[in-house]
Amino acid sequence: MTDTRVVETVDLQALLRESRVADVLDELDRDLIGLKPVKTRIREIASLLVVEKAREALGVAGAPLSLHMCFTGNPGTGKTTVAMRMAEILHRLGHVRKGHLVAVTRDDLVGQYIGHTAPKTKEVLKKAMGGVLFIDEAYYLYRPENERDYGQEAIEILMQVMENQRDDLVVILAGYKSRMDRFFESNPGMASRVAHHIDFPDYSDGELLQIAGRMVAGLGLRLSPDAARALGEYVALRRRQPNFANARSVRNALDRARLRQARRLIEAADIRASRVFGSAGTDAPVKEAAC
Amino acid sequence: MRITQGTFSFLPDLTDEQVAKQVGYALSQGWAVSLEHTDDPHPRNVYWEMWGLPMFDLKDAAGLMTELRECRKVFGDRYIKVNAFDSTLGFETMRMSFIVNRPVKEPSFTLRRADGPGRNVRYELETRRG
Repeated sequence: MTDTRVVETVDLQALLRESRVADVLDELDRDLIGLKPVKTRIREIASLLVVEKAREALGVAGAPLSLHMCFTGNPGTGKTTVAMRMAEILHRLGHVRKGHLVAVTRDDLVGQYIGHTAPKTKEVLKKAMGGVLFIDEAYYLYRPENERDYGQEAIEILMQVMENQRDDLVVILAGYKSRMDRFFESNPGMASRVAHHIDFPDYSDGELLQIAGRMVAGLGLRLSPDAARALGEYVALRRRQPNFANARSVRNALDRARLRQARRLIEAADIRASRVFGSAGTDAPVKEAAC
Repeated sequence: MRITQGTFSFLPDLTDEQVAKQVGYALSQGWAVSLEHTDDPHPRNVYWEMWGLPMFDLKDAAGLMTELRECRKVFGDRYIKVNAFDSTLGFETMRMSFIVNRPVKEPSFTLRRADGPGRNVRYELETRRG
């Protein structure tokens, strides 16, 4: 048996440095608060890709990787944000060629009349090639109550491309946990093609406050101690209300507070560009959450 | 008779890999690519049939290659070309166009002479099939 291998050892650390994936992972750690299981999983996937690269360099032919993923979690837990980062990570590791993210929902894939669905789905798939296709609320694709729903057609085309063109694009499905599970139960073909299931946990109150701090800082403002306390109370109250959407609820609360701050500044004729966000808790939306 | 139309037509036929690279270049320039096919390669036949719509917002050549495979399945015995359209002001035209598929047996042309009024002589070119 002849051994044609030229390289005998591969420096994994060097490969890791070369791909600059460590930067993205650090950024992920820095920018995203909480989400421990998600970060662990992404690290695993990144490591796997680096190892695969090394194996390739050593001449060990591995099976092409299937990196289609499913993100489950409640609204506002950062699924889209992580998907965006995922595209970047996969691009740096050379798994996808361009690293762009195409985010779609049912409307973008499913047509309105017979023969409309296939071209529509293919169009989207073509745009996503070389990058990541993110299908938000993927379970809407399948409507069991309507046998002739065109969603099934979209699923079939999707599955075909997911299987045959694995190196051209990565598909990420996202949605609520329970409904996603039901979706996979009724589409076993889809379930077997999605290898990575990542569950996004809800944020704790403390994490949500940290996120709020980031958002406010991003606006070039800061929370006064009173406002921060009021926001803490608000988050605790809001959590018990229906339609709580984690970070998105916090963002909405902050947006409303900005409105009130603007009004207060105008009424007080105090345009000294005060950078304090909400003094004495007047802008905090605690009352709103209670009603 | 080997038809020479568009870019690269005096070179040997491009392989799929080469086509993908050329398309990748067009996309990197921000041009929109599209596929067209015809069975009549007459030089004056400028209106080839479109295979689907031009692929706007494409990022990677894989999208066009998928369509090309589909198109070959249906019209493998026709001429297929890739067009790259530049929409920037001042150009607004095709920047690149090249043939990516030919029939096994290519048609030839007949040059016909016709007498016109006042003993004028006109020449016309006709595609000869078969």
